Amino acid sequence: MRVTQGTFSFLPDFTDEQITAQAQYCLDNKWAVNLEYTDDPHPRNTYWEMWGIPMFDIPDAAGVMMELAACRKIHAGSKYIRLTAFDATHGWESIRLSFITDRPINEPGFMIERQERGGRNMAYTTRAYIADKPEGERYTG
Amino acid sequence: MNDATPINAKERYSAGVMEYKKMGYWEPDYQPKPTDVIALFRVTPQEGVDPEEASAAIAGESSTATWTVVWTDRLTACDKYRAKCYRVDPVPNAENQYFAWIAYDIDLFEGGSIANLTASIIGNVFGFKAVKALRLEDMHIPVAYLKTFQGPATGIVVERERMDKFGRPLLGATTKPKLGLSGRNYGRVVYEGLKGGLDFMKDDENINSQPFMHARDRFLYVMEAVNKAQAATGEVKGHYLNVTAGTMEEMYARAEFAKELGSIIIMIDLVIGYTAIQSMAIWARKNDMILHLHRAGNSTYSRQKNHGMNFRVICKWMRMAGVDHLHAGTVVGKLEGDPLMIKGFYDTLREDHVPQSLETGIFFEQDWASLNKVMPVASGGIHAGQMHQLIHYLGEDCVLQFGGGTIGHPQGIQAGATANRVALECMIQARNEGRDYLNEGPEILQAAARWCGPLRAALETWKDISFNYESTDTADFVPTATAA
Repeated sequence: MRVTQGTFSFLPDFTDEQITAQAQYCLDNKWAVNLEYTDDPHPRNTYWEMWGIPMFDIPDAAGVMMELAACRKIHAGSKYIRLTAFDATHGWESIRLSFITDRPINEPGFMIERQERGGRNMAYTTRAYIADKPEGERYTG
Repeated sequence: MNDATPINAKERYSAGVMEYKKMGYWEPDYQPKPTDVIALFRVTPQEGVDPEEASAAIAGESSTATWTVVWTDRLTACDKYRAKCYRVDPVPNAENQYFAWIAYDIDLFEGGSIANLTASIIGNVFGFKAVKALRLEDMHIPVAYLKTFQGPATGIVVERERMDKFGRPLLGATTKPKLGLSGRNYGRVVYEGLKGGLDFMKDDENINSQPFMHARDRFLYVMEAVNKAQAATGEVKGHYLNVTAGTMEEMYARAEFAKELGSIIIMIDLVIGYTAIQSMAIWARKNDMILHLHRAGNSTYSRQKNHGMNFRVICKWMRMAGVDHLHAGTVVGKLEGDPLMIKGFYDTLREDHVPQSLETGIFFEQDWASLNKVMPVASGGIHAGQMHQLIHYLGEDCVLQFGGGTIGHPQGIQAGATANRVALECMIQARNEGRDYLNEGPEILQAAARWCGPLRAALETWKDISFNYESTDTADFVPTATAA
């Protein structure tokens, strides 16, 4: 399966040129770009690991792409990497754009666990198959 | 401050009938206070009735007056409680129609109660004989009164954070056929739409608990579909479970059941009434639930230009009442909507500060004082081939709902959903890249359709569908008009 979190997951994976264009759009809007990575793809895993702190003062997307290259050197293939843009404007103060730039080659997907309760009531749990392995040892083999 | 025309008390309060203008409801020199509630009415007086007298009568009947003089006024600070019409202008290009500005002292209204506000403003006056027709066009709500309301339970920003979806409109679809499906079949449509790429599916306004599908059965099957689609995609998914019912007790019971099943969003209809909406908004805030409002019924009073009320006022009241989603027009779809008027609605729902803008129908500057933002919902006769226009007119903070445009796809519901999602994402990509996406939209979609079969089929099926009818609710001012 393909995890379709993020703004552009239904499109073919972006080239570096396409990622650069999106990063520049964020910077031109005065948003701080941040790179994050994880090997826990659960839809409610909010806090991916941060690759440094958000790039508050970079005017050129080339700087973002250098950081992405460095992040990829360590995490590409074994982690999801996403580019996230923060808008500090009053009334928003949150994320404006977030998309996956890199994903593991094989995405085993999720198991849905049903716990039968009273009546026909059901409690559902979404569990990533990969999450059975410890963090850092997923998508490595 | 108010330099009210001096009123001779003896003359003013002698028993009998008196013109409203002379009773203190017409004060052309009045300067509204920062705490006044201001209403702008479109007045069509009866033949022979002076427009200022008709407007003063509206001020009177929507505040303290009755048809005759009463001495008991003199037991009160009646000057303060009288609403004051302070300006009457002819409506441009309309015969025998007048705009009347009326100011109301804040003490006339109970805090935090849309019911109380509306009982005055749209209470008796609309049936008043001296006017042939009456329409509430806009209102200014002072911050002091605004802050007595909770506002949207969740708001656009937190909704996006909870959904983990940023930078693009959210996608939805209403389950069709809206009536008659069994719970099991209904859940099938929900699962297919969500798995195919939609963020939300939706109950329609009139799906409650009927013989063909009772509410509990629908909720159970829908949540199976939502959770299964979430596992299939790794994305947060939702379905607006309509909890509208005949009593508050039953609505609370359905909302609690939705929560127990793990739903992230519930839905109500405008026809349940302002107080019920406010109660559900408080429940939603308390229970971490997004609250979707379907505007069922609004066109009975918002569509005709001379009588009723403009939808922008409903937008204001609903933001105060505390809903998170409100259907507010599509511009290009099958339902009423002039582009400039719709922009006025969307600005009212989404902006923290809305300047006066006569061409979009906004008569008053409105400071929203950090009340949460409402997500506008565009629904009704829209399809993937219009994506560039939808993003251009509506922006990215909205829900685009493709009901027929998803479920009517020739290759099935999943394919319909995928077509919409791909069309949306490729258009956002192009916009962010700085392309002239409004003009290049058809080419951008065709380029994506080369690798996306479902989008290709959607574009082919609905290539020339549009709904070009003249709007009935349009601006009274041309775009060059300036504020007086």
